[in-house]
Amino acid sequence: MVQIMEHPALKYFRHDSPGVPHLWCEGCGIGLLWHYTIIAMEELELDPNKVVWVGGSGCTGRMCTYWNYDFIHTLHGRPLGFATGIKLAKPELTVICHMGDGEASAIGGNHLIQTARRNVDLVAICNNNFNYGMTGGQFSPTTPLGGRTMTSAEGHIERPFDLCALMETCGATYVARWTVVQWRQCVNSIKKAIQKKGFAFVEVVTQCPTAYGRRNRLGDGAEMMRWLRKCSVRKEQAAEMTPQELQGKLVVGEFVDKEAPEYGASLRELVRRKGGDVDA
Amino acid sequence: MAKRLLPGEHFFQGDQACAEGAVAAGCKLFAGYPITPATEISERLSWRLPEVGGIFVQGADELDSLTIVIGAVWGGWKAMTATSGNGICLMQENIGFACMTETPCVIVDVMRAGPATGIATATAQGDFYQIRYGSNSDYAIIALAPASPQEMFDLTVEAFNLAETYRVPTVILADEIIGHMREKVVIPERLELVERKKPIAPAQEFIPWRPEGHPLVPFMPSFGDSYRMPVPGLSHSETGGPLRDGYHGHKRLVERLSNKVEADAERLCRVEDGFLEDADVVLVAYGSVARAAQAAARRARQAGFRVGFSRLITLWPFPDAYVKGLARHAGKLLVCEMSMGKLSREVERACGGKAEVLLFSKPGVEIHTPTEILELVKKVV
Repeated sequence: MVQIMEHPALKYFRHDSPGVPHLWCEGCGIGLLWHYTIIAMEELELDPNKVVWVGGSGCTGRMCTYWNYDFIHTLHGRPLGFATGIKLAKPELTVICHMGDGEASAIGGNHLIQTARRNVDLVAICNNNFNYGMTGGQFSPTTPLGGRTMTSAEGHIERPFDLCALMETCGATYVARWTVVQWRQCVNSIKKAIQKKGFAFVEVVTQCPTAYGRRNRLGDGAEMMRWLRKCSVRKEQAAEMTPQELQGKLVVGEFVDKEAPEYGASLRELVRRKGGDVDA
Repeated sequence: MAKRLLPGEHFFQGDQACAEGAVAAGCKLFAGYPITPATEISERLSWRLPEVGGIFVQGADELDSLTIVIGAVWGGWKAMTATSGNGICLMQENIGFACMTETPCVIVDVMRAGPATGIATATAQGDFYQIRYGSNSDYAIIALAPASPQEMFDLTVEAFNLAETYRVPTVILADEIIGHMREKVVIPERLELVERKKPIAPAQEFIPWRPEGHPLVPFMPSFGDSYRMPVPGLSHSETGGPLRDGYHGHKRLVERLSNKVEADAERLCRVEDGFLEDADVVLVAYGSVARAAQAAARRARQAGFRVGFSRLITLWPFPDAYVKGLARHAGKLLVCEMSMGKLSREVERACGGKAEVLLFSKPGVEIHTPTEILELVKKVV
C-alpha cells in the first residue's frame, strides 16, 4: 500500500498566488532559495504566524506572494523601509525580505545602506542572479564586467558591486555569501540571520538560465549550477589568491558575525529614558 | 508616562499644533525627513512621542519615511509623516501603494514655493493637484486644508479619524504661513477617536480584501494576528491573490478604491462661509489665503458691496455639490489662491457654467492682502 505524503513545505505555500504553481522560469534558482528559507524556518521551529515576508518588485520580489502567512508585496527597492516599520511596531515578529540584486543595490541601494547602518533586526536576503530577470534581462549593479545582457550586448563596462563588502562597511551584524549550490551553508546562514539580533544580510548567488545564462552561453539551470560551483572560492582560500587568480570567481563564506546595538531596542530604550513605554 | 492630551490653552506654532494633534490622535510612530517649512513637526515629535511611548524616526529620505510609516501601520499602529511639496514628489509611489493596500496613514504637506527647490521658506499653494493626482493611475485620497494653528490641531486629529474610517492616506494640506504662524490653540478635555476596524471573523473564515459596511472597506488585521494577511501592491482579488477575471476584477477594485472616498464627498465636505445670502460675488479660497479673503469680504460688506466668502476645508474629495450651490447663490466666484490656477479649475468644473469663475492668482511667496482682494472685488462687482 503506497501512502501519499504531503510535501512538508506545502503548508507554507499560498495556492492562489499569481500563476500557481509559480511564475518562475524552468531552471530558475529562486525556487531553491524559497525552499531554503522554509527549511531554515522549519529547523528553527518558528511559528509561521509570527513570520512576515516582505518583497518588492521583480522575480525575487514575488517570493513573498507565495508565503501562506502574513506578507507585504511592496514597491521596487523599498522592502527594507516597510520591513523597518513592521519590526518597530512588532519586534516579536521575524521579518524576512527577499530582494533581487537590482532591487537591493540599485533602486534600493540607499535603503540597504541605511537599514544596515541603523542595524534594524531584519533578515535581508539578496538573490543575486546578475541581472533584472523579470524585465527580460538587463544589467544590474552586480553584473560581472563583460557580462552580456539586453542592455549590454557588447559586454558590460561597469565594475560589479561587492554587496557583502558594502554591508560589512555599513555595519551589518551578519553578512554571508553563498551560491545556491551550497545549500546547507545557505540554510545555515539564513538560520543565523534569523537568530541574529540585528541587521543580517545573506547574498545567495543563483542561476537565471532564461536571461543571463542564455545571453552568456552558460547553459541551462543545471549547467549554470555547475558553473556556480566551479566559480565558488571559499573566503579562506581567496585570502591566499592573487587578484588575477580571483578574476571571475565568487568568494563565498561568512564575512561578519558580530553583535551591535539594535535599532528598535535602542529606540525603546530612548523612550524608557523619556518616561514612556512603547509596549504599554 | 506623560499625557497624550494636553487640555487647555496653548500658544502654538501651526507645525507644533499639528504635532500635538498627532499625539492626541494616538499616533504611535512618526517618520520624517527634515524639510522647511515642516521641520518643526519632526522636532516636536522627536521628544513628544517618546514621552508618551511613541517612536520618532528620522527617515533617510521621504521614501524611507513613508515606507516606515506604512510598515508600522501594518504592525498595528497609527502613524504619520510630514514634509513639503518637494518631499511629496518623492512620496508619490508610496502614496499610491498606501491607496492600493488601503493603509490608513496621515501625510502632512506644509507647502512652500516651487517648482523644484523654489524658495524653501516662502509660502505657496501649488501642491493642490500634486497631492491628489501625483501617483500613477487612479486612486483617491482625502485632503484637509487648515487655516490656523487651531485647525492644524483639530484637522490632524480628524485626519487620523478619516484615515481609519476610509482606510486611505489622509493629507493635511497646509501652507508655510499656517505652519509657521503662532496663535492660541485650545485643546479639549476629550476627543472622539476612531480606532481600526479589526476582523471579527475567525482566521479560517476571514476574506482579507472583501469590503463591508459604509464606507466600503475591508476589515484590517495587523501582522502577527494570525490572519495570514496578504498585502499585495499587485491588483488583487478579495482573497489577496491574483485577479482571475482580469479586466472586471481590476475595474471592481480600482472603482472601489476611488468611490469609497469620492462617493462620500458630501459627507466629507467641510467648509466655512459667510455673507452668502445676497452675494453678487463669492470669494473662494483655502488655507492662509482664505483668512485674507474673509477679511476682504467683511470690509467689502462694510463698504456696501454684496460680497460673500467661502473657505474650503475639505479639498479632496472636491466638494462639487457645495461649490455648485455657491454658483447658484452668486453670479461670480472669485477664486484667490497662491498658485497659477488650480483651485480655480476645480471650481470652474464643479460650477458647470452656472457662475463666472474669476481667478486672483499669486505664485506664492507673497500672500494676497485683504486690500488687494477688495480692490479687485470693486472692479468685478
